[in-house]
Amino acid sequence: MSEPILSVRDLRVAFETRRGSLPAIDGVSFDIGRGEILGVVGESGAGKSVTGSAVIGLLDPPGRIVGGEIRLGGERIDTLPPERMRRVRGRRIGMIFQDPLTSLDPLYRVGEQIVETIRTHTDLSARAARTRAIDLLAEVGIPAPERRIDGYPHEFSGGMRQRVVIALALAAEPELIIADEPTTALDVSVQAQVITLLKRLCREHGTAVMLVTHDMGVIAEAADRVAVMYSGRIAEIGPVEAVVRNPRHPYAVGLMGAIPTLTQGSGRLAQIPGAMPRLTAIPPGCAFHPRCPKVFGRCRVDRPEPIRTDAAPARTGSDPASSSPSAVACHLYDPDAADRPAPAGGEPPVAFHAEPLQVR
Amino acid sequence: MLAFLLRRAFQSVVVLAVVGLIAFSMFRFAGDPVNQIVGPDTPVAERAEIRRSLGLDDPTLVQFGRYAGNVLRGDFGISYQFRQPVAALLAERMPATLELAFCATVFALTVGILMGVYCALRRDTVLAKLFQAVSLVGVSLPTFLIGILLIFLFSVTLGWLPSYGRGDTVRLGWWTTGFLTLTGLKALILPSITLGLFQMTLIMRLVRAEMLEVLRTDYIRFARARGLTTHAVHFGHALKNTLVPVITIAGLQLGSVIAFSIITETVFQWPGMGLLFVQAVQNVDIPIMAAYLLLVAAIFVTINLAVDLLYTVVDPRLRLSTGRTA
Amino acid sequence: MSTSVDEAALAPPLPTGAPLAPEAPRSGFARFLGSDLWASFQRSKLAMGALAVTVLLFGLAFSAPWIAPQNPYDPAQLELINSNLPPLWAADGQAPFVLGTDDQGRDVLSAVLYGLRLSLIIGLLGVAVSGTLGIALGLVAGYFGGIVDAVVMRVADVQLTFPAILIALVVDGVAKAAFGGALDTNATILLIVVSIGLSFWVQYARTVRSSVMVERGKDYVQAARLIGLSSPVIMVRHVLPNVTGPVFVIATINLALAIITEATLSFLGTGLPETMPSLGTLIRTGNRFLFSGEWWIVAFPGAALAGLVLAINLLGDWLRDALNPKLQ
Repeated sequence: MSEPILSVRDLRVAFETRRGSLPAIDGVSFDIGRGEILGVVGESGAGKSVTGSAVIGLLDPPGRIVGGEIRLGGERIDTLPPERMRRVRGRRIGMIFQDPLTSLDPLYRVGEQIVETIRTHTDLSARAARTRAIDLLAEVGIPAPERRIDGYPHEFSGGMRQRVVIALALAAEPELIIADEPTTALDVSVQAQVITLLKRLCREHGTAVMLVTHDMGVIAEAADRVAVMYSGRIAEIGPVEAVVRNPRHPYAVGLMGAIPTLTQGSGRLAQIPGAMPRLTAIPPGCAFHPRCPKVFGRCRVDRPEPIRTDAAPARTGSDPASSSPSAVACHLYDPDAADRPAPAGGEPPVAFHAEPLQVR
Repeated sequence: MLAFLLRRAFQSVVVLAVVGLIAFSMFRFAGDPVNQIVGPDTPVAERAEIRRSLGLDDPTLVQFGRYAGNVLRGDFGISYQFRQPVAALLAERMPATLELAFCATVFALTVGILMGVYCALRRDTVLAKLFQAVSLVGVSLPTFLIGILLIFLFSVTLGWLPSYGRGDTVRLGWWTTGFLTLTGLKALILPSITLGLFQMTLIMRLVRAEMLEVLRTDYIRFARARGLTTHAVHFGHALKNTLVPVITIAGLQLGSVIAFSIITETVFQWPGMGLLFVQAVQNVDIPIMAAYLLLVAAIFVTINLAVDLLYTVVDPRLRLSTGRTA
Repeated sequence: MSTSVDEAALAPPLPTGAPLAPEAPRSGFARFLGSDLWASFQRSKLAMGALAVTVLLFGLAFSAPWIAPQNPYDPAQLELINSNLPPLWAADGQAPFVLGTDDQGRDVLSAVLYGLRLSLIIGLLGVAVSGTLGIALGLVAGYFGGIVDAVVMRVADVQLTFPAILIALVVDGVAKAAFGGALDTNATILLIVVSIGLSFWVQYARTVRSSVMVERGKDYVQAARLIGLSSPVIMVRHVLPNVTGPVFVIATINLALAIITEATLSFLGTGLPETMPSLGTLIRTGNRFLFSGEWWIVAFPGAALAGLVLAINLLGDWLRDALNPKLQ
């Protein structure tokens, strides 16, 4: 179980435009262990969704992968030919989109869409696929599934539709689900139900989840680990407890400042002065430096590399939460930086003997 | 849903009533109907007698009522040119026009949809750009010019296809058809292309634009994310969703195909209602003009209602009678 | 921005090479040159080509009386000896008939130039009539709403039931019935212009109406009303400028349609007579000689009509895309 199900290394995605190539994702690396839920947070435009699209091979033109590699269960998938990648989609990687109201084809019954997905990826007969579709609908909590299976999407409420979408994502028992803002378009009252359902189903099926959201409450509720993205890079990654309680990167500190307490439900993104730079104008050095309260000389020139912040190298235990290292991309935690001020998150106990994260 | 259809039916009746009023006004006020019947040297007393016998002295409202009643019974009056009942003249010409319009629509729909889908799915190929260019020329050129060009190419230069008339026709009851003879079928080709070309380019552009729009929707992205084959995504999901709005426009176009056939029928001397109408305009034969207007309006309104019904069959969101409207 | 022109006139001339301040007032023309429209025009080779062809044909059409070798409307200048001559480059071609002659001995080049002129004049007048009618009805319907709006829009709906050419034909036929057959050429031209005007007003009216509906609710119109401006003044001064873009696009495409409609009417034999031929009439006459081999009588008027309409349509297409922010 030590082998991660998804392993992304130094991923770079660019949008080719008339004015040149714009870096949307610039050197992102992370792992997701089997059955693990990795939350990916950040402001809109930080590259969360683009990362998800890149993993499942559905980048919209003019976006394309220009560097790095993506491995699923050890097999490289970013270089697969289109037809083989298509068979990975749905079968090994499922996806859930933001808006359940527009994710389903309005002209087909929900049952037809589930059966279609099952039969694309398995050898089940039409009858067996229909039975399985009813089971799936029951599993995601649709009442009277044997009747509702013949309903059209517009006959379902938003929350119910997102359950159908989850059933569709799970239809072929994938190893990984990419959930792109799965609750953003839902009523607040329904959000928690859907997250709980997603979390329970993935536990039961052993499915790993890449949970993209800008809602820290959702992360705190569901994720095992969290990656904070800023301007196409990962600012900080680590176990959700550690990052939420004791964030290190000044941007993460700002983000967490938005949640008064974890038990008081969710808060939206923080009041950090300024705005994220546009792709056309990413500042040199650390992309966050114009907004950073702790900025010092080096931040303006040198781009910070991820620095390991857990005391020991990755343990080989079965605890998914610690199967991958924690890291922060900030010069404050670089032991070699002589002129740095005191780090943001109070005590930086492990930072001084941290070593740069090795890119394998 | 039912309320929606009823409302549309009511609107149709209003349209027909307005057109009927226009047709009646043409009859009554454009020139003196008596002059069309008698010679210039007819004595005044005799004219007055004819006036009275035609009911032209009655109040306008009464006359309109009588006109509407006649029309509903299929009596459109007597043609000034032919001295025959207009209804019989139109009935005789109707099969020619309807067969031509049918072939033109089939041509426009099949070729238009195929080209549109191709242009949407293979957007940057040379062929797609060529189709786009052809479509622009197709919407720009006047119909009669296209007809003349086709005649010049395929009749004058190559001698492959006839340039005028219907060829041999077969009589089936009151209907005459050109579908059953070789000359009849050959005669249909050039007029159908001429008449259908404009609608074809319109449908092609519409399908292309609509399909590009649909390909950007979430459910198409989701269908791809589900790992469906490209074929299933394009033709099972994208095309079906594209065709829903296209049906409406194409159906409405069928009505204007019948009206547009005026020009095509003139170019190819096609013995249909359109040619009859042009001759009527040239010879100021008001009864034929009025009847033709009413007929086109009636056909158009019928097609409109049929399209509404078809729409509810295709789109499940409209099918329910829960009062939910899209 | 409304005062910028005056300021530009008063401002001292900028030293050459000095960078313009971002808010430097500029004249309307300079604004146009700096605008997206101009940039988009420079990018589009098709639009430039279309404009060149349009300008060329307009120029040829309006200088026809001075450059045409012959006045085709003057029967005295026609010699039957010269009838049915092929173009100059063909074996039997004769100077000065560059594009050949028709069965009356009429010089085809002259006929095409004069026909082009006539087609353009009628097209432009038709656009003017339909535009004025449509804008006026749209303004009135949108501004007053209620019963006025309902009546105008229902008439528009009914009219959309029929293709424009059918309406033009009916108007034409009714007018002939009403006035008898005794219409001279000028009256025929007027009649065609009115037919076109009555056939194409709906699009203007719909566009203007919806724009007026949006503007009507805005504060500045309410304010203008409060300070006592009368309704017509408000409509013309404040609402109209907002619709110039779309109306201009409609007018461009409308011009092509108007020219086609006139040509079609003439081709169907209900338009201009053969003594004063427009392009449509020339094609109608030429069509008779298609089978006897005199192809030039129909080909050159046909090519002139096709070129003119295609160029104007291309311009209209480009203009619509360039002015539509949704497509960029």
